[in-house]
Amino acid sequence: MSVWIAIGVTAVGCYAVKLLGLLVPAGALERPLVRRLAALLPVALLAALTAQQTFADGQALVLDARTAGVAAAAVALLLRAPFLLVVAAAVVVTAGVRAMGG
Amino acid sequence: MTEQTALPDAPDASGAGAKPDAAVVRDALGVGVAVGLSGFAFGVTSAGSGLTLAQTCALSLLVFTGASQFALVGALAAGGNPLTAAAGAFFLGVRNAFYGLRLSQLLALPRAVRPLAAQWVIDETTAVALAQPTRRGVRIGFTVTGLTLYVLWNLTTLLGALGAEAIGDTDAWGLDAAGPAVFLALLAPMLKDTTERTVAALAVLLGLGLLPVLPPGVPVLVAALAAPLVLWASGRRAGGAGDGAGRGTAEREGE
Repeated sequence: MSVWIAIGVTAVGCYAVKLLGLLVPAGALERPLVRRLAALLPVALLAALTAQQTFADGQALVLDARTAGVAAAAVALLLRAPFLLVVAAAVVVTAGVRAMGG
Repeated sequence: MTEQTALPDAPDASGAGAKPDAAVVRDALGVGVAVGLSGFAFGVTSAGSGLTLAQTCALSLLVFTGASQFALVGALAAGGNPLTAAAGAFFLGVRNAFYGLRLSQLLALPRAVRPLAAQWVIDETTAVALAQPTRRGVRIGFTVTGLTLYVLWNLTTLLGALGAEAIGDTDAWGLDAAGPAVFLALLAPMLKDTTERTVAALAVLLGLGLLPVLPPGVPVLVAALAAPLVLWASGRRAGGAGDGAGRGTAEREGE
């Protein structure tokens, strides 16, 4: 049930901000500081999420097969690989390291 | 409101604007298909995180903004409180409001259509629409990207979730690495200058450092504070340095 609550709140919230952008008069949110903050907020969230989902095991920090997988994704990104290939690199390397007992 | 925009309405006279509809559709389909297919990664990750098929599909149908969806299932899988998990996903979705602002001027939609168009206001539709030189191109780009992406993203979410249920232990297949790889791929193009990189580094430190001591889901929200903190610090430095540098240059020139 609590999962459905989370889904409901997220769906309503995310739809509301999308609609807000289309409805408010131009200029209302155009202050440079607000725009800058809106651009930086996803950077902070995505960086924290990447790090946590790479190193977290519950509330502990660990180095395991995922670390190798995400490192492979980083290399793929540096080589300008397309999105799906980046994700595939992470999955394949993680599975490979795990299969070898890592 | 529409008169304020610089966009010409007709396929225009300035030369550069003469982009055939077919070229716009091709661009839009390219993005829509490529990104639409990655709904597969979401379906797998979501099902692997313990969400049911219905919950996974509801997320793609109703939330329809990838980063928020991945964040939500990640936070729930980590044992986060539903509202904390939703807050993280919501903050990631806030950027869409700013896309809407730009698109609203360019699309010039009638008010009645806006609630329908709103669900498609995301990274990819905005990127394609903003790249078009005419209003007709913007509208075609937005609609074709939105439609392709919405249909494919939801189809592949379903297939991914079904696939994950069929293979059982998704971790053995390395699928738990798909989530962080997606985040990294979304993050990489944003790390353009020092401010962005500083924000990212500080957020990583906060997110990892607070993980053992705060309840699940909360460290990510605290890490979001890296954005205003760095902005405030760089504003102060720019204010001070701007002053100092200006004077420094003047002094050097005077010598």
